[in-house]
Amino acid sequence: MSKYTEDDLREELKTKEYEYGFYTDIESETFPNGLNEDIVRAISKKKEEPQWMTDWRLEAFRVWKDMEEPEWANVNYKKPDFQGISYYSAPNSKPKYESLDEVDPELLATFEKLGISLDEQKKLSGVAMDVVVDSVSVATTFKKTLGEKGIIFMSISEAIKEHPELVKKYIGTIVPQKDNFYAALNSAVFSDGSFCYIPKGVRCPMELSTYFRINQAGTGQFERTLVIADEGSYVSYLEGCTAPSRDENQLHAAVVELIALDDAEIKYSTVQNWYPGNAEGKGGVYNFVTKRGLCEKNAKISWTQVETGSAVTWKYPSCVLKGDNSVGEFYSIAVTNNYQQADTGTKMIHLGKNTKSTIISKGISAGKSQNSYRGLVQINSRAENARNFSQCDSLLMGNECGAHTFPYIEAKNKSAKIEHEATTSKIGEDQIFYCNQRGIDTEKAIALIVNGFSKEVLNKLPMEFAVEAQKLLEISLEGSVG
Amino acid sequence: MDLKEKLLSSFLVFEDKSDADNYLHEVRNDAIKTFEEKGFPTKKEEAWKYTSLNKVLKEDYSVFPKQENALDYSDIKKYFIHDIDTYKIVFIDGKYSSHLSQTTHEGIDVCLMSSALTKPKYRLIIENYFNKAATKDSLPSLNTAFSNEGAYIHIPKNKVVEKPIQIIHFSTGNESAILLQPRNLIVVEENSHVQIIERHQSLTDNPVLTNSVTEIFTKKRAIVDYYKVQNDNLNASLVDNTFIKQKQESIASVHTFTFGGKLTRNNLNFYQEGERIDSILKGVTIIGNKQHVDHNTLVHHIEPNCESHQDYKGIFGENATGVFNGKIIVEKEAQKTNAFQANNNILISDKATINTKPQLEIFADDVKCSHGCTIGQLDESAMFYMRSRGIPEKEAKALLMYAFSNNVLSSVKIPEIKQRITKIIANKLGVNIGFDL
Repeated sequence: MSKYTEDDLREELKTKEYEYGFYTDIESETFPNGLNEDIVRAISKKKEEPQWMTDWRLEAFRVWKDMEEPEWANVNYKKPDFQGISYYSAPNSKPKYESLDEVDPELLATFEKLGISLDEQKKLSGVAMDVVVDSVSVATTFKKTLGEKGIIFMSISEAIKEHPELVKKYIGTIVPQKDNFYAALNSAVFSDGSFCYIPKGVRCPMELSTYFRINQAGTGQFERTLVIADEGSYVSYLEGCTAPSRDENQLHAAVVELIALDDAEIKYSTVQNWYPGNAEGKGGVYNFVTKRGLCEKNAKISWTQVETGSAVTWKYPSCVLKGDNSVGEFYSIAVTNNYQQADTGTKMIHLGKNTKSTIISKGISAGKSQNSYRGLVQINSRAENARNFSQCDSLLMGNECGAHTFPYIEAKNKSAKIEHEATTSKIGEDQIFYCNQRGIDTEKAIALIVNGFSKEVLNKLPMEFAVEAQKLLEISLEGSVG
Repeated sequence: MDLKEKLLSSFLVFEDKSDADNYLHEVRNDAIKTFEEKGFPTKKEEAWKYTSLNKVLKEDYSVFPKQENALDYSDIKKYFIHDIDTYKIVFIDGKYSSHLSQTTHEGIDVCLMSSALTKPKYRLIIENYFNKAATKDSLPSLNTAFSNEGAYIHIPKNKVVEKPIQIIHFSTGNESAILLQPRNLIVVEENSHVQIIERHQSLTDNPVLTNSVTEIFTKKRAIVDYYKVQNDNLNASLVDNTFIKQKQESIASVHTFTFGGKLTRNNLNFYQEGERIDSILKGVTIIGNKQHVDHNTLVHHIEPNCESHQDYKGIFGENATGVFNGKIIVEKEAQKTNAFQANNNILISDKATINTKPQLEIFADDVKCSHGCTIGQLDESAMFYMRSRGIPEKEAKALLMYAFSNNVLSSVKIPEIKQRITKIIANKLGVNIGFDL
């Protein structure tokens, strides 16, 4: 990495205007409610997309029209009115607040607990910011370092314009437009998202994160992410952030596609903390996400997720283990409190020989919430020596919540080795007593025990995330102790 | 005319002929309506995701056998557990065979559903128990609509039935294809104990489809041991629906041994309606040759301090398909529940398939629930150990498989059944296991 000098900074500040210029000229513009072919065309036009992209979106829309919303998930909610939503809202460049004093104090208190810096607090809560030299320089140095390595990391709309050949080749190959209801909807109307390409043999030197990307604020409700790791490369990608997002959009339908070519490795970590609704279960975000990765020969995809937000979560990060010796991993913590509902899990499709997958899922339910694990392990007949280990543990707090496990296991090869185990338990009174006895109050004791319970997964998160996630668990479960 | 239409029109004839009273008449009519609405289950239904009845339903089944058939005891002796004294209720093509049966009314009632349904003496029990445990799913409803014959067992208070009861259904192949719908009702009153063995056997290669419903009620501290021996020939299919309602401190155990049959589906449902109940569900499945076996279990924990133990072992060879779908529901009142479920499978052929879905739905916090599920192969080092000591490969394999299923066999309480099952397993594995248990 070349030394970053003040001159560089000056240069960047000069060009900064241009960088943001793109956003300013479309200031707060919202399309009429409803969805039809014209709206899809208009979205595409707005984003100055080439014809093939418009056609691709239209194709998705036509499929979506005839699809029905899935009902199999173990969640209960009022169906969103798809014609009552505006499908395009340009990022609002005007700050919501003039200073931090205007922001909801409850939100600030949470920031405080999470240990988020003041500048970040401002950004996250939508407070007008001065040019924070530090923050800008961080972002731009990142871009520079990445550029030197040949790594492409930009928003997907930029990528469609600048690297159409890559986008065209890979988009929709893992999650086809007609994959499911929400994926089809997303394909038709996706607003923006991230695109990432790691060239052959490159080890990405830093954790890529949407969190650090200043341009990225307000990617909107239909996010589309495409990560391609070329042969022998490595990337660790972080999505979301631990700070609570007070998003007004009720419905979020994102699609994430990962492609790990031969010998590549992708580590994808998510922390999701959308607005879960209030204590009475009013409001909150519906989070319907399709995430899937494809592993070629010797490749590895590892999903790690910490799900604490959203009123309804419907999310199954999956791995298609196509190449021989490929590895898929899924580590998840899902915490539900109050009236939250989560139906989450994974699919491991073993196609290649000697493929391995590991599933560790920890569900914690409190309040009146429902927490389900739903997973599929499929060993196809040609997948010799496939190996799977799954473990689903649930922790229940109080007798008004529910924990459910729906593991599907399908084996078609005699050399397959599959193990699945699940347990359900509560926090032992003796454990609490032990802590109390040593002067740790019950609330802290529970936090401690929950952290221990989820340790296996927390350990998989990148360092800075892990610390925040730990605190997040505490906050999510606050007040759940009777 | 497809089977559904045929059944609907036969129902009219059936109801016309039957001398049922109003109560039964109503139950049957409701049931046929449910069946008419729901039709046969398809793969689109979650509970039937891995099992398709399509192939089985294609046959042109006759719903009512035309003639009565007699069988010679010496020809079919081998299908009985004949080395011990038992009560026997035998049906041939769905009709009761009095000369093969041995029923009783002395102290206990071991007799026929047809008489229980029509005689006033049993009326109270029928009104209190008949169709009170069965669900409104399409196949149990179909059975209810045509319910006419089967076993009726009523054990009064404080009675230990000394002899096991055998229920055996034969089909003779006189019809080119036959649909049988036996209906059993078993009521075991307080402190009583009964052992029951059930078997379905087809004597020819003509297709048979059995849609059986068994309702079992165990009262306070009652004990029921139920053994299902499923070793039918390869053209016979069986859908077995068993519903068990347990009252406090009762113990019900069902062992299912599945070796034969073209398609076997066991819907085994336990409802725990009292405290300190124990439910035991065990099974051994060894199949090959395009066979399909689906174990679909439900244990519903409604009250506190209960237990359930499930243990299903499966060995699948050739083109066999095995399905296990075990569901445990723990209601929020059912604190201190201990529920265990294990499903272990061995695949010995590349064309065999296993689909398993152990499911937990838990609403109470102070519970211990666990399920484990494995799919694997025979231990190579164990194989090597035996081979190096001169045990031929086939025998070594068989020994390992036998050991694998022994966990389930060890809880069988009738030694003769254990022997019989051991023999069937040895036969199935093509070896002579040289030891007795």
